[in-house]
Amino acid sequence: MSEAGYNYRIVRGFAFSALFWLVIGLVVGLWMAFEMFYPVLNLTPWLSFGRLRVVHTNGLGLGFSLAAIFATSYYMLQRLNRVAIPFPRLAQAHLYLFNTAIALAAISLFAGMNTTKEYAELEWPLDIGVVILWVMFAINVFGTLIKRKEKQMYISLWYIIAMTVAIAILYIVNNLEIPVNLFKSYSIYAGANDANVEWWYGHNIVGFIFTVPILAMFYYFLPKATGLPIYSHRLSIVSFWALNFAYLWTGAHHLMLTPLPEWIQTVAMAFSIFLIAPSWGSVVNGYYTLQGNWDQMRSNYLVKFFIAGITFYGLQTIQGPLQGLRTLSAFFHYTDWVVGHVHMGTMGWVTMVVAASFYYMIPHITNTELYSIKLANIQFWLTLFGQVIWTTAMWIAGIQQGAMWKATNPDGSLMYNFLDTVASLYPFYKLRFAAGLIFFIGILIFVWNLVMTVRKQPKRAEA
Amino acid sequence: MGITSKPVVFAVLSAAVILIGTTATVFIPLFMPSTQPVSAYIKPYTAVEQEGRDIYMREGCNNCHTQTVRPLRTEVLRYGEYSKPEEFAYDRPFLWGSRRTGPDLNRVGGKYPDSWHYTHLMSPQGMFEKSNMPPYAWLAKNKLDTSYSYKKTSTLGYGYSESDVEQQIGKYQATVTSETYPSKVSRDKVTPPELRKELTEMDALIAYLQKLGRDVKQMEAQK
Repeated sequence: MSEAGYNYRIVRGFAFSALFWLVIGLVVGLWMAFEMFYPVLNLTPWLSFGRLRVVHTNGLGLGFSLAAIFATSYYMLQRLNRVAIPFPRLAQAHLYLFNTAIALAAISLFAGMNTTKEYAELEWPLDIGVVILWVMFAINVFGTLIKRKEKQMYISLWYIIAMTVAIAILYIVNNLEIPVNLFKSYSIYAGANDANVEWWYGHNIVGFIFTVPILAMFYYFLPKATGLPIYSHRLSIVSFWALNFAYLWTGAHHLMLTPLPEWIQTVAMAFSIFLIAPSWGSVVNGYYTLQGNWDQMRSNYLVKFFIAGITFYGLQTIQGPLQGLRTLSAFFHYTDWVVGHVHMGTMGWVTMVVAASFYYMIPHITNTELYSIKLANIQFWLTLFGQVIWTTAMWIAGIQQGAMWKATNPDGSLMYNFLDTVASLYPFYKLRFAAGLIFFIGILIFVWNLVMTVRKQPKRAEA
Repeated sequence: MGITSKPVVFAVLSAAVILIGTTATVFIPLFMPSTQPVSAYIKPYTAVEQEGRDIYMREGCNNCHTQTVRPLRTEVLRYGEYSKPEEFAYDRPFLWGSRRTGPDLNRVGGKYPDSWHYTHLMSPQGMFEKSNMPPYAWLAKNKLDTSYSYKKTSTLGYGYSESDVEQQIGKYQATVTSETYPSKVSRDKVTPPELRKELTEMDALIAYLQKLGRDVKQMEAQK
């Protein structure tokens, strides 16, 4: 508890849950990265790549990211509405149930209970658990908003509302399935329809987990950390509504040149290009907020996290629509290029903004100073270098494999068999593993720094 | 802006904005027969093939293998005829995948004999030194669980009776355990002696792989 009786216990609980799942998810990621060039590591069924990949994506997408979103949302909701969350016990139950669900999710995925729909691999009993968790969260979101003491809702709250509504719709529609038994179900959609529903979900779950709530953090914590107001309120309004409108049309850019009807692909392509505008609305808003105060890049250690983060977001939102164009998709799709793209978003944009938000928020809720700014700076450079090398290695690998798949001899026959194209990637896979290790060391320092910050707390607890 | 002081109105408006694109590109196509056309030539999976498909899903094969050949010249050269929508009418879920760490499998059926698959699944590196595919030797050591086979095929609406399912399982078991099974030597090499007369998970997976792209050949021949 703190000033105005805000509930920071729940914020702290989710923040450290996020850090826990972050470390677990990255260890799994590193193991898989090693398997890619050293398949001996597929030691047991539950350590085989096909099972680990879903543990990795769910562990970081649901475990880390959602926990970080819940932590920062509970914080922002209370601060921006100037009222404590109305149902603290519900929030506490939300925390316990969340961690139980993620643990069960990891176990079930290790065991091979996998619906195979990307980022929706959990079997139906866990799907129900996720929906319950979401309702528990939503009750406190709207409870806080309704009881608020601040007349206007700030931009970050719009993004939290949009996320709360969108994820509910996406998750329920895509996970409609008919159970065979407790551990097995089949999608109610078949073939091309299933693909269309899945990638509408797959694209937008990324949008409403890795973009929308991260923007909520960005719009709140950047002004807080810098003492500078957001450059343009009008631009943020336009960006918000345009983003929410356009995002949902674009899922089929994941399905270019598949048997999905061509018109759906083409519509997705057009809206993907349109989506550059609202995405860059936030990028411009971020950059211009620092107008005349760029000296803070040196004087304020948090600013470079936000600026690096929004820069990767800007690059991400240009690269994404471009690689979704039919002709470019023909070359890049199914290669490691896309893997590089995703990880620029997660390791660059999401990690940078979550790190900065946590560095600001954790000392604030524990009424203390960050344990070490120096360590935070070291973490910044390690995660930045790790990510840039990681993603660049994958882009080059993707271009190379894409080109080798397409290469033909003068007589028109294929120049390379498939295995040649795989073997040519091993140097990049080794580089990727090394880069991942650098990134991981940065993350360990991040976690250590926050743990030490909290352990320092009692000194000024009653201040 | 009045709505920034009305959270419930704001949420309803957000939902409405989100549902416009969703309705246009997802909900409406669900009700258009042209999104997922059907063809009489494309038959549902047998109970054994479906069990194999479930093992493919359990092991997350879709994380490294796609099942859609795109209408691109080098892709058709490499894999075969490009994928047609009719082929996927029974696929719940679809398994098109998103990354080709390994090759596409939509045309793998009939490309190699069963013996090739037994040997390859046992140890991909034994066949291709530079392959990074995980070995799946344990699949031959697991007896196939068919206790839900009927429930599965009826949930999926394949229209088999309980005795159809038993017959399909019995028939495939008879095929792979027969003395005259062409891939007997390879199968016996990977299957422990006590399971050689039974159906294993590897048998079912191979049955599924051999089904991929088989029916579409007849459909194309009729065009």
